[in-house]
Amino acid sequence: MTADTSVRTSPLAAWTDRLAALAPALDVAERPFLTQLTVRARDAVAVARMGEALGVAFPADPCTSTRGGGPFGDVEVLWMGPDEFLVVAGPDRRALVEDALRAAVRPARGAVVDTSAQRTTLALSGPHARDVLAHGCAIDLHPSAAPTGTCVQTLLARAGVVLRVDDAECDAFTLLVRSSFAEYLAAWLCDASVEYRAALS
Amino acid sequence: MSAAFRLPTGGHVDRGTELRFTFNGRSMTGYRGDTLASALLANGEHRIGTSVKFGRPRGIVAAGSEDPTSLVQIEQPFPEPMLTATTVELYDGLVAHGLPGRGRLADEPDPARYDAKHAHCDVLVVGTGPAGLMAALTAARGGARVVVVDEQSRAGGALLGTREYLDERPWTEWVDDTVAELRGTPGVLLLERTTAFGVYQDGFVLALQRRTDHLGFDAPAHAARQRVWRIRAAQTVLATGAHERPVVFADNDRPGIMLAGSARTYLHRYGVLPGTRAVVFATDDSAYAAALDLANAGMEVAAVVDARPTAPRLLRARCCAHGIDVRAGHVVTGTEGGDRVSAVHVAPAAGSDGSADAIGTAGAADTIDCDTLLVGGGWNPVVHLFSQAGGTLRYDSRLGAHVPGQAPATVRVAGSATGAHDLSACLRQGWEAGCEAALATGSRPDEVALPASEPRAGEQPGLVLWRVPGEAPRDAPDTRFVDLQRDATVSDVLRATGAGLSSLEHVKRYTTIGTAHDQGKTSGTITAGIVAEALGVELSDQRPTTFRPPYTPVPFAALAGRDRGELHDPARVTAVHAWHVARGALFEDVGQWKRPWYFPLPGEDMDTAVLRECRAAREGVALMDGSTLGKIDVQGRDAGRFLDMLYTNKMSGLRVGRIRYGLMCGVDGMVIDDGTVIRLAEDRFLVTTTTGNAAMVLDWMEEWLQTEWPHLDVYAASVTEHWATFPLVGPRSRDVLAALAPGLDVGNDAFEFMAWRDTVLDVGPGVTARVCRISFSGELAYEINVTAWHGPAVWEALMAAGEAYGITPYGTETMHVLRAEKGYPIIGQETDATVTPQDLGMAWAVSKKKADFLGKRSFDRAENNRPDRKQLVGLLPLDRDVRLPEGAQVVDTDDLPEPPVRMLGHVTSSYRSAALDRTFALAVVRSGRERVGEILHVPVGDGLVPVTVTESVLYDKEGARRDG
Repeated sequence: MTADTSVRTSPLAAWTDRLAALAPALDVAERPFLTQLTVRARDAVAVARMGEALGVAFPADPCTSTRGGGPFGDVEVLWMGPDEFLVVAGPDRRALVEDALRAAVRPARGAVVDTSAQRTTLALSGPHARDVLAHGCAIDLHPSAAPTGTCVQTLLARAGVVLRVDDAECDAFTLLVRSSFAEYLAAWLCDASVEYRAALS
Repeated sequence: MSAAFRLPTGGHVDRGTELRFTFNGRSMTGYRGDTLASALLANGEHRIGTSVKFGRPRGIVAAGSEDPTSLVQIEQPFPEPMLTATTVELYDGLVAHGLPGRGRLADEPDPARYDAKHAHCDVLVVGTGPAGLMAALTAARGGARVVVVDEQSRAGGALLGTREYLDERPWTEWVDDTVAELRGTPGVLLLERTTAFGVYQDGFVLALQRRTDHLGFDAPAHAARQRVWRIRAAQTVLATGAHERPVVFADNDRPGIMLAGSARTYLHRYGVLPGTRAVVFATDDSAYAAALDLANAGMEVAAVVDARPTAPRLLRARCCAHGIDVRAGHVVTGTEGGDRVSAVHVAPAAGSDGSADAIGTAGAADTIDCDTLLVGGGWNPVVHLFSQAGGTLRYDSRLGAHVPGQAPATVRVAGSATGAHDLSACLRQGWEAGCEAALATGSRPDEVALPASEPRAGEQPGLVLWRVPGEAPRDAPDTRFVDLQRDATVSDVLRATGAGLSSLEHVKRYTTIGTAHDQGKTSGTITAGIVAEALGVELSDQRPTTFRPPYTPVPFAALAGRDRGELHDPARVTAVHAWHVARGALFEDVGQWKRPWYFPLPGEDMDTAVLRECRAAREGVALMDGSTLGKIDVQGRDAGRFLDMLYTNKMSGLRVGRIRYGLMCGVDGMVIDDGTVIRLAEDRFLVTTTTGNAAMVLDWMEEWLQTEWPHLDVYAASVTEHWATFPLVGPRSRDVLAALAPGLDVGNDAFEFMAWRDTVLDVGPGVTARVCRISFSGELAYEINVTAWHGPAVWEALMAAGEAYGITPYGTETMHVLRAEKGYPIIGQETDATVTPQDLGMAWAVSKKKADFLGKRSFDRAENNRPDRKQLVGLLPLDRDVRLPEGAQVVDTDDLPEPPVRMLGHVTSSYRSAALDRTFALAVVRSGRERVGEILHVPVGDGLVPVTVTESVLYDKEGARRDG
């Protein structure tokens, strides 16, 4: 399934330049149109089957995530709650991934919901990424406390986000934010970067 | 020109950087590293302003944030009220003046940035005096993550007021080395100019960092001026030091009367002498150090007046060597002077056993001329943060102060905050606290050598003396000030105890002592002592007043931080928001959402715009952005059963492909939300909620699923923002939809009311829509749902396809009018948590067959079945042009009597209708349905507006317009 991007608009399309201008203090860019599926399942066998179907084991521990590749390309699975996961794959893979998950979860209790446009995704990195996040996020993101793969639902400033640590040593993070809050969050990131940008210029 | 009282050398000021400033209209100079207070003293200026109540001249009492009197108003670079001169770092161009209590806020917005930052650590150390630095160094060397905060611009703590040696070097070298090591250690964050002002549960500490205040006009605009640090610490070491305590005597408030230790700080830290000729009033050995240091620096010290019966022998001898007259067994009984103290009265103290209550004055007073009186009444450990953390306090009668008692498990105290006065003990306590804190967090502290320090003389214990005994003058105001900022005296305290107050909390509120900017740092303990004496009780039996955050004043601007302007509260926007803005929409706030309210054309007012939008919806075609509607995907084998329990009507019987309107009640049978339920598959539904209740309904579902019905195979997920939702309304809506969805049979039979279809839209590749035939206006209408990504393109395509039909975008106001004309309630507008479905005239939506559902039992309550419940009706003002105010009361009289007036109900919605060509309203009215046809009245302003009660449905009662 393909889609013409000219008829798709991501929540932060209008912010591309403003976000790009934050570099090098903060490398931040929207990763638009990712496939996102909310998965609910408690049955361990069903969860394992879904992992096999995607080629990446579902995270077993709270506040962690897994990443791997399989028939649907690179896939991340984020732990969202005791029986809730968010499966993130590349753009335009929704139908196939949803079918695979739905087939794998049966006959156990479970649910698969397309939430691709519910949130948009921001990739953050750079020497001040952790500093900028610390202005609005109460979570300890020191590598010793939040190693690579850490995934939490928290507040960044006044917006709820899913925050994933992509690479703790390189200070690379992913933020998933509800689409309606995306512009607020982008404005906040720009504001929180002011001092670090000035220090570099 | 160098200031008169600045010594030629010494002090931690940068003599190469001269700073000009203006105080009380006088231009002066100081140095980088000065506070406003030290610069003023260097220029011989003691008088800051006048007191708030009595207008008495007041000066500078202390050298830090405990100062009770030196309130100033900053005028330049930006107005800021009520700062203490002792905490304002000097900068070039500063303009300030003294304040009698209150100041003024700027009448323009503060241009400075304020922000906040979170920090996490194993060990937080508060204070960089000898104890704090040892604790931090020990924990840091052990590999712990350490945050160190200190309110001063320079590390050293109490050492700043001394010329101590550590490891046989001036203390500055050891401190600077230690600071350098801490700064160079990864995982250590050292914050100077940072005051920990609040300690909360679980190791949460708030601290205010003054980052650019000291730069004045040179502060960079991009840098946050002040920052609130939100620190979460596994272990906390409080090395907060001690405040010197004054002694209360008559006329103890004149400028030039200072704390002895503070004078020492001005000497050693700033190279400033407090005057030319001093008298020192001592109750302990530490005040002698001030006398000796000042004498060494060249100041004339006329006398040391020691309240103790005998003076310490060695110190006395050293004083004698300087020609200082030491008068043991004497007290200061009063002072003379105007804007500056000019003499002190000294008299022998009665009693010889050294106890406070035995001291009185006896014999004739002697007068000693001086321009400076230094007072040392002992030291209060700074236990504010310890107490905030939940530590208990214990009264130490030897010190005359409260000291830390039982500490919370994660809190340790070190240094003079424990009551220790000996430098070696402070260092050792710091090391111990650092070790224990580091060990508790799994770090392994190495051996850290304690720097060698000179043993203290410590010859003779101090005398605890709250006030010099004596009576208040009979025919003049009492001048024995306890709280100098509040102008509260010994007489005020005694009046409180005389009135029967015994609790310190009550005395505090009665006298206002301890309620000023300084929160009683120098007056609290003395008040407790005077109260205890007056009541004849032990101070140890008195519960001290509660220490609450903040330790020092915190500007609201700092607490607000970046949460101001557009960042104050997130504005949630839909995918099509930019289009609405470009089209000139005005917005209505619904929760955090920005919803288009109406789209005025140039020159249109709201009424005109809304009438035009309504007309388009009823006569042509109109389009709305309804994306904010809450949407919840409900999946699982038991989804139908679950929804049957949640809604008042039956959902499990709904066929796939069909839609049903549903009402949701709380367990009390009151309506909490409404919306549509569409059946996607046997085991899957999509339900909509009102915009404001989306999160509440999802939580409501989860609560029942997790707590009461975990056996149900049901999962609920929010998909609100996955979908963009566009109601396309009006008789021509079918034409517009047909143009955009060529593959969809839009005929009335093929696509009937309350059905939904998935279809491809002719907008671009891969654009599909879920189209629901529902109507919130009574008109033929389609709700077009596409993924939010496709929202802008589909919206524009709909506008283009509808152009030939005059398609009109409309907002929430028009939506409200259209639905009100049809009598459709809005949850939260017609309802207020006391309204049942039956009250709304919606008994048809309440199942009689279902065995159970939330709220069902309550429908049998007698109260729910009273015939005089408030019921939803329409109101038509007799004057077709009068629009009733929403919220107006409804009464059944045309002649308003004196209150109380029996109210029948109130207006819930009120509009001007294009379709009815008149105004109308909805209201909840007692026995409303029985009253249809009656004339009632609505008080508006001074008059009564007569209205006819009607059924709630006012337009197209037959429902003929639904199918186009």
